[in-house]
Amino acid sequence: MSPFTGKTLEDKQPGVALSGDYWRPDGRPDPLGESGRQGIGAPLSRIDGAQKVTGGARFAGEFRFDGMLYAALAYSTIANGRIVGIDTRVAESMEGVALVMTHENAPRLNTPPVFLRSPDGAAGDDHPVMQNERVHWNGQPVALVLAETQEQADAAAESIHVAYATESAMTDFEMAKTQAHEPDNVLGGPAEIRVGDADAAFETATHRIDATYTTPRHNHNAIEPHAVTLAWEGEGGNETLRIHDASQCVDLAVASLAEVFGIDASRIHITSPFVGGGFGGKTLWQHQILAAAAAKLAGRPVRMSLTRKGVYRVVGGRACTEQRVALGADDQGRLTALIHSGIAAMTRHNNLPEPFTQATKCLYGADNIRLAIEVADMHMLANTFMRAPGESVGTFALESALDELAEQLGMDPIELRKRNEPERDPTSGLPFSSRHLLEAARAGAERFGWSERASQPGSRREGEWRIGLGCATATYPYMRMPGAAARITLDAEGATVAIAAHEMGMGTATVQTQVAAARLGLPVERIRFRYGDSLLTGRVLAGGSQQTAAIGGAVIAAQRALVDELLGLVDADSPLAGLSPAQVECRDEGLGVVGDDSRFETYRQILARAERAELVAEADAADSEELANWSMHSFGTIFCEVGVSEVTGEIRVRRLLGSFDCGRILNAKTAASQFRGGMIMGLGLALMEETLFDSRSGRIMNPSLADYHVPVQMDVPEIEVMWTDIPDPHTPMGAHGIGEIGITGVGAAVANAIYNACGKRVRDLPITLDKVM
Amino acid sequence: MRAFDYHQAVDSGQAVEQAVRRDGAKYLGGGTNLVDLMRETVERPEMLIDVTALSRDIDETDAGGLMIGAGVTNAAVAGDARVRLRYPLLSRAILTGASAQIRNMATVGGNLLQRTRCAYFYDVAASCNKREPGAGCDAREGFNRYHAILGASSSCVATHPSDMCVALAALDARVHLLGPEGERELAFNDLHREPGERPELETELRPEELITAVELPPLPMAVRSEYRKVRDRASYAFALVSVASMVELDSNTEDETIADVRLALGGVATKPWRAWQAEAVLRGQPATEETLAAAADAELAVAEPLSGNAFKIELARRVMIAELSQRIVDARKGGES
Ligand SMILES: Cc1cc2nc3c(=O)[nH]c(=O)nc-3n(C[C@H](O)[C@H](O)[C@H](O)COP(=O)(O)OP(=O)(O)OC[C@H]3O[C@@H](n4cnc5c(N)ncnc54)[C@H](O)[C@@H]3O)c2cc1C
Repeated sequence: MSPFTGKTLEDKQPGVALSGDYWRPDGRPDPLGESGRQGIGAPLSRIDGAQKVTGGARFAGEFRFDGMLYAALAYSTIANGRIVGIDTRVAESMEGVALVMTHENAPRLNTPPVFLRSPDGAAGDDHPVMQNERVHWNGQPVALVLAETQEQADAAAESIHVAYATESAMTDFEMAKTQAHEPDNVLGGPAEIRVGDADAAFETATHRIDATYTTPRHNHNAIEPHAVTLAWEGEGGNETLRIHDASQCVDLAVASLAEVFGIDASRIHITSPFVGGGFGGKTLWQHQILAAAAAKLAGRPVRMSLTRKGVYRVVGGRACTEQRVALGADDQGRLTALIHSGIAAMTRHNNLPEPFTQATKCLYGADNIRLAIEVADMHMLANTFMRAPGESVGTFALESALDELAEQLGMDPIELRKRNEPERDPTSGLPFSSRHLLEAARAGAERFGWSERASQPGSRREGEWRIGLGCATATYPYMRMPGAAARITLDAEGATVAIAAHEMGMGTATVQTQVAAARLGLPVERIRFRYGDSLLTGRVLAGGSQQTAAIGGAVIAAQRALVDELLGLVDADSPLAGLSPAQVECRDEGLGVVGDDSRFETYRQILARAERAELVAEADAADSEELANWSMHSFGTIFCEVGVSEVTGEIRVRRLLGSFDCGRILNAKTAASQFRGGMIMGLGLALMEETLFDSRSGRIMNPSLADYHVPVQMDVPEIEVMWTDIPDPHTPMGAHGIGEIGITGVGAAVANAIYNACGKRVRDLPITLDKVM
Repeated sequence: MRAFDYHQAVDSGQAVEQAVRRDGAKYLGGGTNLVDLMRETVERPEMLIDVTALSRDIDETDAGGLMIGAGVTNAAVAGDARVRLRYPLLSRAILTGASAQIRNMATVGGNLLQRTRCAYFYDVAASCNKREPGAGCDAREGFNRYHAILGASSSCVATHPSDMCVALAALDARVHLLGPEGERELAFNDLHREPGERPELETELRPEELITAVELPPLPMAVRSEYRKVRDRASYAFALVSVASMVELDSNTEDETIADVRLALGGVATKPWRAWQAEAVLRGQPATEETLAAAADAELAVAEPLSGNAFKIELARRVMIAELSQRIVDARKGGES
């Protein structure tokens, strides 16, 4: 008997008919969303696990080319100004040095297209890369050395002396805030959203909370620092650029690099089979461009492995925010006014106003709502996406404020949320495709023992430790971006599914193998999932927690194309002769008639009869119409128990539970890891993560894992995760992405638990001991 | 990091000889601090003289204490049965520091001479009087959460980051040295200097002097010694405040008094901080809450907060009082048995 489906092997597995139109209001759900589907949800271990733990998985900085040189960077030490002199003489004379590149000798490059501004944009900002003497942030690469060994390159880079003409720089958020302005868009939408008149409603509300919450800068610290190994191959004029990258967007990176180097995209090939964590940071930054430019200049392949410090200087992070949440409510706790506004740091050269009001758009059914984001322009490395940009810090503010309101009303925080559960999306007016937040909250509360929470702060203690419980809502949108396409190749061995998607450690390759097996009626051993290669079909971003659905949508389309092809192959002798795609389903390693066990033929038989070694089908995913028809989000409730030392203010998270509503869960094991990983990152956000950005110099002062704190083993308690497993009828597999929701809500759950423990309300992240002692 | 020569010394004499002969030579312990600083180009030695193999033993002394070779790893000291039994705070202090991997590499000599973690000292783009005398101090108006409230000067506010050293300060350890002029000894509490006007001078070591051993004198009350470290995460972080303490009670008098006490602080001072003022207040006084508070206040009377570390004054006060109270409770239990 299978431990996860409860079925014995003899149980007949239902076939999988074509899934056509899940995106339409009157459409049919994807059959894989139905419960009890073979393999769906099974806790299959990572298919690349053994390879990874034995060192067999090769990462970008581990590839090599013959004659390869090693690169090192020198970084600016001012935030704004001009380079007036670079002394590279010592570096050039050092042993092993093959090239010193500065703006004076770098090849001419076009400006990189920026993510979210240009359709091909993968770059973090639109600064020309080493093209002139301008310095735009403290830490900008100002010179690059290529040498025969990494050590030689590092030593030479250190010996480069740069003279600057410094200009005044906006490096103080407090000052920048005074000139904050509305950005022209937030993730393509408006910066301000209004429903009714929230300000007026707030003024007259019976119960009011009006508080300011602040969150610091965060930096990306994927375990694998950014690295790239690349070569220009072939002869003059017609070379191709071959890149081993650590990437969550191989196709966008190709398109952007093509623009930068002024060559056709067909002449760039990026592979990225393994990525040691992305979280939004593994897009296109200066290091790949500089490495390719230097390789061109030197005429030799190059490997550039950023140091940890280099990652802090070259790869953007999460912007700091100051947020106001004002809540007005009646005696029953019904929200009459909900205002969420504030300011985030940004640069004039990127397009990501930290979208901290995203979660507030859909969570609570207030009568009047105003959401507004402003940005404060600064001289800093462009901020970027970092796990649940917006939601992670936005839910800290919103969900803390809700806790404050519950306290004022003398109401249980979960009850307060229940009373404000909306029927429809409160800002778009659309119906929800699938919203079971209250079920998730109820189940989580029961499991966690929420009823044991004392409503009076400071009531529970153990020795010097005061104990408190807190909860908060988690949410993250469902997305399915355009551009996905997949190819299925069927042969005697089974099926290969190929798509230019990414595996950054989430378990994509494993889960998509499972899904393809279920969809095609093949055992997982007969599925090969190919990804991480820009030559493959489709354009899929591993971001916005959308990759699972995007791949799913593409494979659904490819399955349809494959069935069309198969039916085109069958001749009159076949039991499948004369059937239309709507009449058949994939089952038992072949194609059969829906509702008729006798009419069936295996894929092998079909291929053999047609004397075909293989059959290839390729198709584009359907447009994401579902997003226009419904408000689509994942939900959850985070529960937390903390201890706060009365003596020192030290905070220890003792228990953490996440109860999620994220559609059909495809693999219980990799899903649990995603949730847990997100929640651990949430603990870091709550208690310790903070980039020390010196407001005088604009320089990051803690660019190392010794000084930039993330949770260590002892900071992480046992984490429980559970899920509703209710499929969303309007998504591929009934699934939602789950990569980012885990971090949302955690900051507030911890802050609320701390309040419950000791009566101290901390509205400024991270919550360090000095703020509670 | 620039290229350097590497020499493995066969004995202490030869190590010193090498160091004298070569300009820009430095002794190398586990390298966990020195090599980091070389990567940051804060340290730029021409040659490293590896001294880890020279003195790897922990021996009994005639006086009844322990002699710990300078090359003994931090992990080996922490794990030594005699240390754990007779000087438990030393073991505890070491185990609260760094990570298991770093403790396996780090040596006693290197731990004593590890340099501050001040971010402005580490970043050669910043101004630092310790790194570059006269350059100024970016920490004073910058990020100084980890900086000193005791023993600082206008030129430098950097803390000595070691946990082990706080225990050694409490234990009245002695440091054995070998230099070009021969052997000598220093009281551990005289080894490190306060910065004053010369923050670049961190110790009383003379040029080329090699630490050969650290001696722990016999100290019976140390069996009930403890180390408590308060930091920004549960493990793998430097101290915001740490307290090494031990107390001996005199129960023969009418009201129970404090017969003897050792108290030292970490994370708050420019050197491993023996709390002499507090000890003076405590000795011979009744073991009451008032005495403990008075002692803590006496020690912190001269504390000077910076923009980002004022909380440490109250934190140090609370942890001192809590720890001394606990030591008194422990001593009472110990007295009964
Ligand atoms: C990430 C990280 C976290 C850390 N956390 C903590 C912590 O929480 N608490 C803590 O206490 N420490 C911590 N440390 C510091 C650690 O304890 C020190 O790096 C270590 O003790 C240094 O010992 P070493 O043998 O490696 O010294 P080295 O790096 O080899 O040398 C340090 C200095 O001592 C000199 N030296 C070495 N041996 C001798 C000798 N015999 N005679 C004279 N001079 C000598 C060297 O020339 C050098 O100047 C941490 C370190 C790191 C990297």
